[in-house]
Amino acid sequence: MVKDLSVSLCGLSLKNPVIPASGTFGFGLEMAAAMDLNVLGGISLKGSTREARYGNPVPRIADCTAGMINSVGLQNPGIDVLVNEKVPALRRLYDGCIIANISGFSVEEYRECCTRADECEGINLIEVNISCPNVHGGGLAFGTSAAAAAQVTSTVKEACHRKPVFIKLSPNVTDIVEIARACEDAGADGLTLVNTFLGMRIDIARRKPVLANTMGGFSGSAIFPIALRMVYQVAHACHIPVMGCGGVTSAREVVEMMMAGATAVQVGAENLRNPFACPEIISELSSVMEELNISTLQEIIETV
Amino acid sequence: MDKKLYTLKENRLVAAGTYRLVLSGPGPVEGEFVHLDIPGYYLRRPFSVCDTSPEGFTLLYKTVGEGTRALSTLPVGASLSVLTGLGKGFDASACQGKALLVGGGLGAAPLYLLAKELRKEGKEATVILGFNKADEIVLQEEFETLCGSVTLTTLDGSAGVKGFVTDALKALKPAYDYFYTCGPMVMMKAVCQQLEGPGEASLEERMGCGAGFCYGCSIQTAGGPRRVCKDGPVFKKEEILW
Repeated sequence: MVKDLSVSLCGLSLKNPVIPASGTFGFGLEMAAAMDLNVLGGISLKGSTREARYGNPVPRIADCTAGMINSVGLQNPGIDVLVNEKVPALRRLYDGCIIANISGFSVEEYRECCTRADECEGINLIEVNISCPNVHGGGLAFGTSAAAAAQVTSTVKEACHRKPVFIKLSPNVTDIVEIARACEDAGADGLTLVNTFLGMRIDIARRKPVLANTMGGFSGSAIFPIALRMVYQVAHACHIPVMGCGGVTSAREVVEMMMAGATAVQVGAENLRNPFACPEIISELSSVMEELNISTLQEIIETV
Repeated sequence: MDKKLYTLKENRLVAAGTYRLVLSGPGPVEGEFVHLDIPGYYLRRPFSVCDTSPEGFTLLYKTVGEGTRALSTLPVGASLSVLTGLGKGFDASACQGKALLVGGGLGAAPLYLLAKELRKEGKEATVILGFNKADEIVLQEEFETLCGSVTLTTLDGSAGVKGFVTDALKALKPAYDYFYTCGPMVMMKAVCQQLEGPGEASLEERMGCGAGFCYGCSIQTAGGPRRVCKDGPVFKKEEILW
């Protein structure tokens, strides 16, 4: 039987729920020669800020058991290059959902960048990152306080009239439901969760942190059960759709995230281990649905 | 970029702490380095390609950490997932006459593949390789067969000239039109500062994806930020900010 992998996300029809997470797939363009991008349900682009950023010094990557830590620090060419070059170039190659991921160091910067993304024709959805653990004075600072998260949310919602706005939440908080509710109350159209967990490694021979920036964001298969729990809690507490993200490596885990409450599922660190992870997961989905007697993926959302 | 399965044909200690890994499978690899999935470790590990064959390729690696120690225990017949077609390698065409190859430790490995290409194009190559001590020397005979002779240096004087490759460069003053270097960063920095002519160096950095989309290995260069895995690992001397 032909399986229906499509899902509806804030009025957008996605051919399937699988989306490479921001920061783990570049601008999509880097992958175009290696795979058919059009199998992907969506692509969340590398996080963008108003000005171009180099990011943090290297080393920026530390290997871990069942995961990795990155401290890239939002390296990006800036919002102008995103909307004028990257998105138009990707749009020529890709007919699915293009998600702009926006970061900022002030509420005003979030407003400016989201306005530009909202006006950019090729972008379908805006994901506002208030959870980057790798930059000081921005990102995470807005994601760990309900009041600040609400302030960013209401500001960007005022600025965006055309496209759904998702807020990407940090797991580095005491109560993620409180932050999620604050974003929903401030007008968010949806939520992406979770970003990376703050972590570190030490090189015991050099007696120094592995990362030049000391700490970074931990992601990978180890965080899946924690991310799943947070998706479950938030999806059941809020009424807006959730994109589940964190440690997903297989079609079974996509199904699990959806049963917990995710409408779409982002795959992050696994792309770094296996650049073909998303197409492989998508091709695996039908047989997992067959095995579980699922005819349409939409019907399993938040069924647990 | 492509992901392929290769079969381990040889995984043998060839010098102190140094293994030769021969993989065979769906053909030779393109690109400067491969990204190997070592069972039990999360991120892949990048290795420079030392040689290619119609069936596969050869690498040299040192057991420097847990990942490479685990790699050294893999038996013949093991299957390994390999990302191929990665990196921008040495540009043999940049050398319009006589080449100078300066390697340190396992930096000799990618220089060997380069030397084969230079020789194929009929270009002469002077080779200087530095090691810590005699029992760490690799590829000496292979380079001698290919290029006629090799100048060796060791830090403890147990083989060749005692000292660094830069000492050998000062003593020999080899004539060259273009140089290529690969080895520890401090060595390549010294080589690039000492040699006046044009050349290029193969840099090393901790990588995430290895294919240019995670931006984990970006460095600052004279031309702006560059990804070591995709825009490099080989960069022109004048691009590198030591």
